[in-house]
Amino acid sequence: MKYLEAIGKYFIMVYEVFKKPTKWPIMRSLILKEIDELIFGSLGIIIFISFFIGGVVTIQTALNLNSPLIPKSLIGFATRQSVILEFAPTFTSIIMAGKVGSYITSSIGTMKVTEQIDALEVMGINSVNYLVFPKIIAMLAYPFAVAIAMYVGILGGWVAGTFGGYAPSGEFVKGLQLDFIPFHITYSFIKTVVFAFIIATIPSFHGLYMKGGALEVGKASTTAFVWTSVVIIISNYILTQLLLG
Amino acid sequence: MIEVENIHKSFGDTHVLKGISTTFEQGKTNLVIGQSGSGKTVFLKCLLGLFEPEQGNICYNGKYYADLSTDQRRDLRQEMGMVFQGSALFDSMTVEGNVMFPLDMFTRQTKAEMQDRVDFVLERVNLIDAHKKFPSEISGGMKKRVAIARAIVMNPKYLFCDEPNSGLDPKTAILIDNLIQEITKEYNITTVINTHDMNSVMEIGEKILFLKDGFKEWEGTNKEIFKTDNEAVTNFVYSSELFKKVRQMYIEERN
Repeated sequence: MKYLEAIGKYFIMVYEVFKKPTKWPIMRSLILKEIDELIFGSLGIIIFISFFIGGVVTIQTALNLNSPLIPKSLIGFATRQSVILEFAPTFTSIIMAGKVGSYITSSIGTMKVTEQIDALEVMGINSVNYLVFPKIIAMLAYPFAVAIAMYVGILGGWVAGTFGGYAPSGEFVKGLQLDFIPFHITYSFIKTVVFAFIIATIPSFHGLYMKGGALEVGKASTTAFVWTSVVIIISNYILTQLLLG
Repeated sequence: MIEVENIHKSFGDTHVLKGISTTFEQGKTNLVIGQSGSGKTVFLKCLLGLFEPEQGNICYNGKYYADLSTDQRRDLRQEMGMVFQGSALFDSMTVEGNVMFPLDMFTRQTKAEMQDRVDFVLERVNLIDAHKKFPSEISGGMKKRVAIARAIVMNPKYLFCDEPNSGLDPKTAILIDNLIQEITKEYNITTVINTHDMNSVMEIGEKILFLKDGFKEWEGTNKEIFKTDNEAVTNFVYSSELFKKVRQMYIEERN
Protein backbone atom coordinates (compact mmCIF):
# COMPACT_ATOMS: atom_id res chain seq x y z
CA MET A 1 0.00 0.00 0.00
CA LYS A 2 2.88 2.33 0.92
CA TYR A 3 4.56 1.60 -2.44
CA LEU A 4 1.32 2.16 -4.36
CA GLU A 5 0.89 5.52 -2.64
CA ALA A 6 4.49 6.45 -3.52
CA ILE A 7 3.96 5.46 -7.17
CA GLY A 8 0.78 7.56 -7.28
CA LYS A 9 2.58 10.53 -5.73
CA TYR A 10 5.42 10.12 -8.26
CA PHE A 11 3.02 10.38 -11.22
CA ILE A 12 1.26 13.37 -9.66
CA MET A 13 4.69 15.01 -9.30
CA VAL A 14 5.47 14.28 -12.99
CA TYR A 15 2.13 15.92 -13.93
CA GLU A 16 2.94 18.93 -11.71
CA VAL A 17 6.29 19.36 -13.49
CA PHE A 18 4.52 20.49 -16.65
CA LYS A 19 2.00 22.80 -14.96
CA LYS A 20 2.41 26.58 -14.49
CA PRO A 21 5.80 26.91 -16.15
CA THR A 22 8.46 29.27 -14.85
CA LYS A 23 9.28 32.39 -16.94
CA TRP A 24 11.32 31.32 -19.98
CA PRO A 25 14.44 33.54 -19.47
CA ILE A 26 14.82 32.14 -15.94
CA MET A 27 14.07 28.59 -17.06
CA ARG A 28 16.65 28.87 -19.86
CA SER A 29 19.39 29.83 -17.43
CA LEU A 30 18.34 27.01 -15.07
CA ILE A 31 18.48 24.48 -17.94
CA LEU A 32 21.96 25.64 -19.00
CA LYS A 33 23.14 25.43 -15.39
CA GLU A 34 21.76 21.90 -15.06
CA ILE A 35 23.34 20.78 -18.36
CA ASP A 36 26.65 22.01 -17.00
CA GLU A 37 26.24 20.28 -13.65
CA LEU A 38 24.49 17.06 -14.67
CA ILE A 39 26.03 16.32 -18.09
CA PHE A 40 29.36 18.17 -18.45
CA GLY A 41 30.16 17.52 -14.81
CA SER A 42 29.75 13.79 -15.42
CA LEU A 43 31.71 13.47 -18.67
CA GLY A 44 35.01 12.81 -16.89
CA ILE A 45 33.75 9.80 -14.95
CA ILE A 46 31.79 8.52 -17.98
CA ILE A 47 34.90 8.65 -20.21
CA PHE A 48 37.10 7.06 -17.54
CA ILE A 49 34.73 4.17 -16.85
CA SER A 50 33.83 3.55 -20.49
CA PHE A 51 37.47 3.37 -21.57
CA PHE A 52 38.36 0.74 -19.00
CA ILE A 53 35.09 -1.24 -19.33
CA GLY A 54 35.71 -1.42 -23.10
CA GLY A 55 39.23 -2.67 -22.40
CA VAL A 56 38.05 -5.31 -19.93
CA VAL A 57 35.32 -6.56 -22.29
CA THR A 58 37.96 -7.01 -25.01
CA ILE A 59 40.39 -8.85 -22.75
CA GLN A 60 37.72 -11.15 -21.33
CA THR A 61 36.31 -11.93 -24.78
CA ALA A 62 39.79 -12.66 -26.12
CA LEU A 63 40.65 -14.95 -23.22
CA ASN A 64 37.46 -16.94 -23.77
CA LEU A 65 37.96 -17.31 -27.54
CA ASN A 66 41.04 -19.51 -27.55
CA SER A 67 40.07 -21.83 -30.39
CA PRO A 68 42.24 -21.27 -33.51
CA LEU A 69 39.10 -21.77 -35.63
CA ILE A 70 37.44 -18.63 -34.28
CA PRO A 71 38.61 -15.48 -36.10
CA LYS A 72 40.16 -12.72 -33.99
CA SER A 73 37.76 -10.24 -35.58
CA LEU A 74 35.07 -11.64 -33.31
CA ILE A 75 36.79 -9.87 -30.40
CA GLY A 76 36.03 -6.50 -32.04
CA PHE A 77 32.51 -7.66 -32.90
CA ALA A 78 31.77 -8.76 -29.30
CA THR A 79 33.23 -5.56 -27.89
CA ARG A 80 31.10 -3.40 -30.19
CA GLN A 81 27.92 -5.28 -29.43
CA SER A 82 28.50 -5.32 -25.67
CA VAL A 83 29.43 -1.66 -25.48
CA ILE A 84 26.69 -0.34 -27.77
CA LEU A 85 23.86 -2.53 -26.52
CA GLU A 86 24.51 -2.66 -22.78
CA PHE A 87 27.61 -1.12 -21.29
CA ALA A 88 27.26 2.38 -22.68
CA PRO A 89 23.54 2.92 -22.09
CA THR A 90 22.80 0.75 -19.03
CA PHE A 91 26.07 0.60 -17.09
CA THR A 92 26.64 4.33 -17.55
CA SER A 93 23.08 5.02 -16.41
CA ILE A 94 23.64 3.09 -13.18
CA ILE A 95 26.77 5.19 -12.59
CA MET A 96 24.76 8.34 -13.35
CA ALA A 97 22.02 7.19 -10.95
CA GLY A 98 24.70 7.21 -8.26
CA LYS A 99 26.48 10.41 -9.20
CA VAL A 100 23.74 12.64 -10.61
CA GLY A 101 20.86 10.98 -8.74
CA SER A 102 22.35 11.46 -5.30
CA TYR A 103 23.28 15.06 -6.21
CA ILE A 104 19.68 15.76 -7.26
CA THR A 105 18.17 14.16 -4.13
CA SER A 106 20.56 15.82 -1.73
CA SER A 107 20.29 19.28 -3.31
CA ILE A 108 16.47 19.20 -3.41
CA GLY A 109 16.30 17.48 0.01
CA THR A 110 18.50 20.16 1.57
CA MET A 111 16.26 22.84 0.06
CA LYS A 112 13.30 21.03 1.58
CA VAL A 113 14.72 20.82 5.13
CA THR A 114 15.91 24.43 5.06
CA GLU A 115 12.42 25.59 3.95
CA GLN A 116 13.71 26.93 0.61
CA ILE A 117 10.99 24.96 -1.20
CA ASP A 118 8.36 26.45 1.12
CA ALA A 119 9.84 29.85 0.27
CA LEU A 120 9.30 29.16 -3.45
CA GLU A 121 5.72 28.00 -2.83
CA VAL A 122 4.93 31.05 -0.69
CA MET A 123 6.09 33.29 -3.55
CA GLY A 124 3.53 31.55 -5.77
CA ILE A 125 6.12 29.59 -7.76
CA ASN A 126 5.41 26.03 -8.89
CA SER A 127 8.41 24.57 -7.05
CA VAL A 128 8.16 21.21 -8.83
CA ASN A 129 8.36 22.89 -12.24
CA TYR A 130 11.14 25.23 -11.10
CA LEU A 131 13.29 22.43 -9.68
CA VAL A 132 12.53 19.33 -11.76
CA PHE A 133 11.72 20.57 -15.27
CA PRO A 134 15.23 21.97 -15.95
CA LYS A 135 16.72 18.66 -14.84
CA ILE A 136 14.49 16.68 -17.24
CA ILE A 137 15.39 18.97 -20.16
CA ALA A 138 19.09 18.94 -19.22
CA MET A 139 19.03 15.15 -19.16
CA LEU A 140 17.84 15.17 -22.79
CA ALA A 141 21.51 15.87 -23.53
CA TYR A 142 22.37 12.60 -21.85
CA PRO A 143 22.30 10.56 -25.15
CA PHE A 144 25.28 12.69 -26.28
CA ALA A 145 27.17 11.56 -23.18
CA VAL A 146 26.23 7.97 -23.95
CA ALA A 147 27.40 8.38 -27.57
CA ILE A 148 30.76 9.52 -26.18
CA ALA A 149 30.70 6.48 -23.84
CA MET A 150 30.15 4.19 -26.85
CA TYR A 151 33.03 5.73 -28.77
CA VAL A 152 35.43 5.75 -25.82
CA GLY A 153 34.40 2.20 -24.78
CA ILE A 154 35.19 0.83 -28.23
CA LEU A 155 38.41 2.87 -28.29
CA GLY A 156 39.35 1.33 -24.92
CA GLY A 157 38.65 -2.11 -26.38
CA TRP A 158 40.82 -1.39 -29.42
CA VAL A 159 43.69 -0.12 -27.23
CA ALA A 160 43.48 -3.16 -24.93
CA GLY A 161 43.14 -5.57 -27.87
CA THR A 162 45.91 -4.10 -30.02
CA PHE A 163 48.46 -3.13 -27.40
CA GLY A 164 47.71 -6.12 -25.19
CA GLY A 165 48.38 -8.46 -28.09
CA TYR A 166 44.89 -10.01 -28.08
CA ALA A 167 43.86 -8.99 -31.61
CA PRO A 168 45.67 -7.23 -34.44
CA SER A 169 44.30 -3.76 -35.15
CA GLY A 170 43.03 -4.71 -38.63
CA GLU A 171 41.18 -7.76 -37.32
CA PHE A 172 39.63 -5.77 -34.46
CA VAL A 173 38.40 -3.04 -36.82
CA LYS A 174 37.08 -5.67 -39.23
CA GLY A 175 35.10 -7.13 -36.32
CA LEU A 176 33.75 -3.71 -35.46
CA GLN A 177 32.31 -3.40 -38.97
CA LEU A 178 30.94 -6.94 -39.11
CA ASP A 179 27.14 -7.38 -39.39
CA PHE A 180 26.46 -3.87 -38.16
CA ILE A 181 22.74 -3.27 -37.54
CA PRO A 182 21.98 0.48 -37.35
CA PHE A 183 18.79 -0.15 -35.34
CA HIS A 184 20.98 -1.23 -32.41
CA ILE A 185 22.12 2.38 -32.08
CA THR A 186 18.49 3.56 -32.23
CA TYR A 187 17.54 0.97 -29.59
CA SER A 188 20.38 2.14 -27.40
CA PHE A 189 19.37 5.79 -27.68
CA ILE A 190 15.70 5.01 -26.98
CA LYS A 191 16.82 3.29 -23.78
CA THR A 192 19.05 6.22 -22.93
CA VAL A 193 16.21 8.76 -23.23
CA VAL A 194 14.01 6.64 -20.95
CA PHE A 195 16.84 6.23 -18.44
CA ALA A 196 17.52 9.97 -18.57
CA PHE A 197 13.92 10.68 -17.58
CA ILE A 198 14.17 8.13 -14.75
CA ILE A 199 17.47 9.61 -13.49
CA ALA A 200 15.99 13.13 -13.48
CA THR A 201 12.63 12.35 -11.87
CA ILE A 202 13.03 9.54 -9.29
CA PRO A 203 15.81 11.28 -7.30
CA SER A 204 13.83 14.55 -7.52
CA PHE A 205 10.79 12.74 -6.11
CA HIS A 206 12.82 11.41 -3.17
CA GLY A 207 14.21 14.89 -2.48
CA LEU A 208 10.85 16.66 -2.74
CA TYR A 209 8.89 14.26 -0.54
CA MET A 210 11.50 13.51 2.11
CA LYS A 211 10.76 14.33 5.73
CA GLY A 212 13.14 15.10 8.58
CA GLY A 213 16.57 16.70 8.79
CA ALA A 214 20.12 16.34 7.52
CA LEU A 215 20.34 12.62 8.38
CA GLU A 216 17.21 11.92 6.35
CA VAL A 217 18.71 13.77 3.36
CA GLY A 218 21.50 11.17 3.33
CA LYS A 219 19.02 8.32 3.69
CA ALA A 220 16.84 9.75 0.91
CA SER A 221 19.90 9.89 -1.41
CA THR A 222 20.64 6.22 -0.77
CA THR A 223 16.99 5.22 -1.27
CA ALA A 224 16.83 7.29 -4.46
CA PHE A 225 19.91 5.52 -5.85
CA VAL A 226 18.47 2.08 -5.06
CA TRP A 227 15.07 2.82 -6.62
CA THR A 228 16.54 4.58 -9.66
CA SER A 229 18.78 1.55 -10.30
CA VAL A 230 15.87 -0.88 -9.84
CA VAL A 231 13.64 1.05 -12.25
CA ILE A 232 16.49 1.34 -14.80
CA ILE A 233 17.10 -2.42 -14.68
CA ILE A 234 13.40 -3.27 -15.00
CA SER A 235 12.80 -0.79 -17.83
CA ASN A 236 15.95 -2.09 -19.56
CA TYR A 237 14.42 -5.57 -19.57
CA ILE A 238 11.02 -4.34 -20.80
CA LEU A 239 12.53 -2.13 -23.54
CA THR A 240 14.84 -4.90 -24.74
CA GLN A 241 11.90 -7.30 -24.96
CA LEU A 242 9.80 -4.71 -26.79
CA LEU A 243 12.44 -3.45 -29.21
CA LEU A 244 14.63 -6.48 -29.86
CA GLY A 245 12.60 -9.44 -28.65
CA MET B 1 -6.90 42.45 6.92
CA ILE B 2 -7.03 38.72 7.49
CA GLU B 3 -10.11 37.12 9.02
CA VAL B 4 -9.76 33.58 10.30
CA GLU B 5 -13.01 31.71 10.81
CA ASN B 6 -13.11 28.56 12.92
CA ILE B 7 -10.22 26.69 11.27
CA HIS B 8 -9.44 23.08 12.07
CA LYS B 9 -6.37 21.16 10.90
CA SER B 10 -5.37 17.56 11.60
CA PHE B 11 -2.45 15.31 10.65
CA GLY B 12 -3.62 11.72 10.82
CA ASP B 13 -5.14 11.27 14.27
CA THR B 14 -3.52 14.40 15.66
CA HIS B 15 -5.94 17.32 15.78
CA VAL B 16 -3.57 20.32 15.75
CA LEU B 17 -5.85 23.34 15.26
CA LYS B 18 -9.22 23.14 16.98
CA GLY B 19 -11.48 25.88 15.74
CA ILE B 20 -9.43 29.09 15.76
CA SER B 21 -11.14 32.36 14.87
CA THR B 22 -9.50 35.77 14.92
CA THR B 23 -8.86 38.92 12.91
CA PHE B 24 -5.49 40.43 12.01
CA GLU B 25 -5.73 44.10 11.14
CA GLN B 26 -3.82 45.99 8.49
CA GLY B 27 -0.94 48.20 9.62
CA LYS B 28 -0.54 46.32 12.90
CA THR B 29 2.00 43.82 14.16
CA ASN B 30 -0.03 40.78 15.16
CA LEU B 31 1.77 38.22 17.31
CA VAL B 32 0.92 34.56 17.72
CA ILE B 33 2.39 33.08 20.89
CA GLY B 34 2.17 29.75 22.67
CA GLN B 35 4.27 26.86 23.87
CA SER B 36 6.09 24.56 21.43
CA GLY B 37 3.52 22.16 19.98
CA SER B 38 0.61 24.54 20.51
CA GLY B 39 0.00 24.77 16.75
CA LYS B 40 1.60 28.15 15.95
CA THR B 41 3.60 27.01 12.93
CA VAL B 42 0.68 24.98 11.52
CA PHE B 43 -1.54 28.05 12.01
CA LEU B 44 0.96 30.25 10.15
CA LYS B 45 1.30 27.70 7.33
CA CYS B 46 -2.52 27.68 7.03
CA LEU B 47 -2.44 31.48 6.70
CA LEU B 48 0.22 31.12 4.00
CA GLY B 49 -1.84 28.54 2.12
CA LEU B 50 0.84 25.86 2.54
CA PHE B 51 -1.64 23.77 4.58
CA GLU B 52 -5.33 23.68 3.79
CA PRO B 53 -7.68 23.58 6.82
CA GLU B 54 -10.24 20.75 6.85
CA GLN B 55 -12.85 23.08 8.26
CA GLY B 56 -13.27 26.84 8.47
CA ASN B 57 -12.05 29.56 6.17
CA ILE B 58 -9.50 32.33 5.86
CA CYS B 59 -10.43 35.63 4.24
CA TYR B 60 -7.77 37.99 2.83
CA ASN B 61 -9.19 41.50 2.29
CA GLY B 62 -12.58 40.02 1.36
CA LYS B 63 -11.21 37.08 -0.69
CA TYR B 64 -12.04 33.67 0.77
CA TYR B 65 -9.07 31.35 0.22
CA ALA B 66 -11.28 28.26 -0.15
CA ASP B 67 -13.17 29.88 -3.05
CA LEU B 68 -10.04 30.70 -5.07
CA SER B 69 -8.80 28.64 -8.01
CA THR B 70 -5.24 27.26 -8.01
CA ASP B 71 -4.05 30.17 -10.18
CA GLN B 72 -5.83 32.75 -8.00
CA ARG B 73 -4.20 31.19 -4.93
CA ARG B 74 -0.78 31.51 -6.56
CA ASP B 75 -1.57 35.14 -7.40
CA LEU B 76 -2.62 35.75 -3.78
CA ARG B 77 0.65 34.26 -2.59
CA GLN B 78 2.49 36.84 -4.65
CA GLU B 79 0.93 39.42 -2.32
CA MET B 80 2.50 37.67 0.68
CA GLY B 81 5.99 37.97 2.09
CA MET B 82 7.38 35.39 4.45
CA VAL B 83 10.37 35.45 6.79
CA PHE B 84 11.17 31.85 7.70
CA GLN B 85 12.65 30.76 11.02
CA GLY B 86 15.89 29.68 9.34
CA SER B 87 15.67 32.56 6.80
CA ALA B 88 15.34 30.04 3.89
CA LEU B 89 17.67 32.01 1.63
CA PHE B 90 18.64 30.31 -1.62
CA ASP B 91 22.18 29.02 -1.03
CA SER B 92 23.17 29.19 -4.67
CA MET B 93 22.38 32.90 -4.97
CA THR B 94 24.09 35.99 -3.58
CA VAL B 95 22.28 38.34 -1.18
CA GLU B 96 21.40 40.52 -4.17
CA GLY B 97 20.23 37.48 -6.17
CA ASN B 98 17.98 36.37 -3.32
CA VAL B 99 16.31 39.76 -3.05
CA MET B 100 16.05 40.20 -6.82
CA PHE B 101 14.57 36.72 -7.31
CA PRO B 102 10.85 37.63 -6.85
CA LEU B 103 11.26 40.72 -9.08
CA ASP B 104 12.95 38.66 -11.77
CA MET B 105 10.24 36.04 -11.50
CA PHE B 106 7.10 38.15 -11.48
CA THR B 107 7.78 41.57 -12.94
CA ARG B 108 8.76 42.91 -16.33
CA GLN B 109 11.16 45.47 -14.89
CA THR B 110 14.45 46.16 -16.59
CA LYS B 111 17.68 45.05 -14.95
CA ALA B 112 18.39 48.64 -13.87
CA GLU B 113 14.94 49.07 -12.32
CA MET B 114 15.29 45.79 -10.43
CA GLN B 115 18.76 46.79 -9.25
CA ASP B 116 17.40 50.12 -7.94
CA ARG B 117 14.63 48.36 -6.04
CA VAL B 118 17.07 45.80 -4.57
CA ASP B 119 19.45 48.57 -3.49
CA PHE B 120 16.54 50.42 -1.91
CA VAL B 121 15.21 47.48 0.16
CA LEU B 122 18.69 46.36 1.20
CA GLU B 123 19.38 49.88 2.39
CA ARG B 124 15.99 49.88 4.14
CA VAL B 125 17.03 46.82 6.19
CA ASN B 126 20.46 48.40 6.84
CA LEU B 127 22.47 46.05 4.66
CA ILE B 128 24.84 48.07 2.56
CA ASP B 129 27.95 46.08 1.75
CA ALA B 130 26.61 42.55 1.50
CA HIS B 131 25.21 42.57 -2.06
CA LYS B 132 27.70 40.12 -3.52
CA LYS B 133 28.02 37.83 -0.51
CA PHE B 134 26.48 34.35 -0.35
CA PRO B 135 24.20 33.33 2.57
CA SER B 136 26.96 31.10 3.96
CA GLU B 137 29.21 34.19 4.28
CA ILE B 138 26.92 36.35 6.43
CA SER B 139 25.75 36.25 10.07
CA GLY B 140 22.37 35.04 11.37
CA GLY B 141 21.13 38.59 11.93
CA MET B 142 22.16 39.61 8.40
CA LYS B 143 20.39 36.55 6.98
CA LYS B 144 17.20 37.61 8.76
CA ARG B 145 17.54 41.09 7.30
CA VAL B 146 18.05 39.66 3.80
CA ALA B 147 14.96 37.49 4.36
CA ILE B 148 12.98 40.59 5.37
CA ALA B 149 14.29 42.46 2.32
CA ARG B 150 13.25 39.56 0.06
CA ALA B 151 9.83 39.45 1.75
CA ILE B 152 9.12 43.16 1.19
CA VAL B 153 10.72 43.67 -2.22
CA MET B 154 7.40 43.04 -4.01
CA ASN B 155 5.47 45.43 -1.73
CA PRO B 156 3.40 42.67 -0.13
CA LYS B 157 0.01 43.22 1.49
CA TYR B 158 0.70 40.53 4.07
CA LEU B 159 3.94 39.79 5.92
CA PHE B 160 4.39 36.59 7.89
CA CYS B 161 7.35 35.89 10.16
CA ASP B 162 8.08 32.58 11.84
CA GLU B 163 10.14 33.24 14.96
CA PRO B 164 12.21 36.02 13.39
CA ASN B 165 14.30 36.39 16.56
CA SER B 166 15.28 32.79 17.12
CA GLY B 167 19.03 32.30 17.40
CA LEU B 168 19.77 36.03 17.60
CA ASP B 169 21.41 37.98 20.41
CA PRO B 170 19.04 40.32 22.35
CA LYS B 171 20.34 43.48 20.69
CA THR B 172 19.95 42.13 17.15
CA ALA B 173 16.55 40.67 18.12
CA ILE B 174 15.33 44.14 19.13
CA LEU B 175 16.68 45.61 15.86
CA ILE B 176 14.78 42.97 13.86
CA ASP B 177 11.59 43.59 15.87
CA ASN B 178 11.79 47.32 15.35
CA LEU B 179 12.54 46.87 11.67
CA ILE B 180 9.47 44.65 11.18
CA GLN B 181 7.27 47.13 13.05
CA GLU B 182 8.60 50.10 11.08
CA ILE B 183 8.02 48.31 7.78
CA THR B 184 4.50 47.31 8.87
CA LYS B 185 3.61 50.95 9.57
CA GLU B 186 5.47 52.38 6.60
CA TYR B 187 3.82 50.13 4.00
CA ASN B 188 0.54 49.53 5.90
CA ILE B 189 1.02 45.73 5.79
CA THR B 190 -0.90 43.09 7.71
CA THR B 191 1.90 41.47 9.68
CA VAL B 192 1.59 38.19 11.57
CA ILE B 193 4.56 37.03 13.66
CA ASN B 194 5.00 33.68 15.40
CA THR B 195 7.21 34.16 18.40
CA HIS B 196 8.40 32.80 21.74
CA ASP B 197 10.22 35.99 22.51
CA MET B 198 8.64 37.89 25.40
CA ASN B 199 10.56 41.05 24.56
CA SER B 200 8.80 41.05 21.18
CA VAL B 201 5.46 40.57 22.93
CA MET B 202 6.07 43.57 25.16
CA GLU B 203 7.68 45.77 22.49
CA ILE B 204 5.67 45.27 19.31
CA GLY B 205 2.62 43.15 20.23
CA GLU B 206 -0.22 45.38 19.06
CA LYS B 207 -2.41 42.31 18.90
CA ILE B 208 -1.49 39.05 20.60
CA LEU B 209 -3.09 35.69 20.01
CA PHE B 210 -2.23 33.01 22.58
CA LEU B 211 -2.65 29.40 21.43
CA LYS B 212 -2.79 26.44 23.78
CA ASP B 213 -3.17 22.83 22.61
CA GLY B 214 -4.63 24.02 19.30
CA PHE B 215 -7.25 26.30 20.88
CA LYS B 216 -7.35 30.08 21.03
CA GLU B 217 -6.80 30.58 24.76
CA TRP B 218 -6.59 34.36 24.85
CA GLU B 219 -6.23 37.45 22.66
CA GLY B 220 -5.50 41.06 23.43
CA THR B 221 -2.76 43.71 23.27
CA ASN B 222 0.64 43.96 24.96
CA LYS B 223 -0.89 46.31 27.51
CA GLU B 224 -3.72 43.90 28.31
CA ILE B 225 -1.41 40.92 28.68
CA PHE B 226 0.08 42.59 31.80
CA LYS B 227 -3.32 42.74 33.44
CA THR B 228 -4.82 39.43 32.38
CA ASP B 229 -5.80 36.87 34.99
CA ASN B 230 -5.83 34.00 32.49
CA GLU B 231 -3.68 31.39 34.22
CA ALA B 232 -2.36 29.76 31.06
CA VAL B 233 -1.23 33.13 29.69
CA THR B 234 0.41 34.27 32.94
CA ASN B 235 2.15 30.90 33.34
CA PHE B 236 3.54 31.21 29.82
CA VAL B 237 4.41 34.90 29.76
CA TYR B 238 5.81 35.06 33.28
CA SER B 239 7.69 31.76 33.21
CA SER B 240 11.07 33.53 33.65
CA GLU B 241 12.13 35.03 36.99
CA LEU B 242 12.71 38.41 35.38
CA PHE B 243 9.16 38.68 34.05
CA LYS B 244 7.75 37.36 37.33
CA LYS B 245 9.48 40.26 39.11
CA VAL B 246 8.25 42.74 36.49
CA ARG B 247 4.67 41.53 37.01
CA GLN B 248 5.04 41.66 40.80
CA MET B 249 6.28 45.24 40.55
CA TYR B 250 3.36 46.10 38.28
CA ILE B 251 0.80 44.59 40.70
CA GLU B 252 2.40 46.36 43.67
CA GLU B 253 2.39 49.63 41.77
CA ARG B 254 -1.27 49.15 40.84
CA ASN B 255 -2.25 48.45 44.44
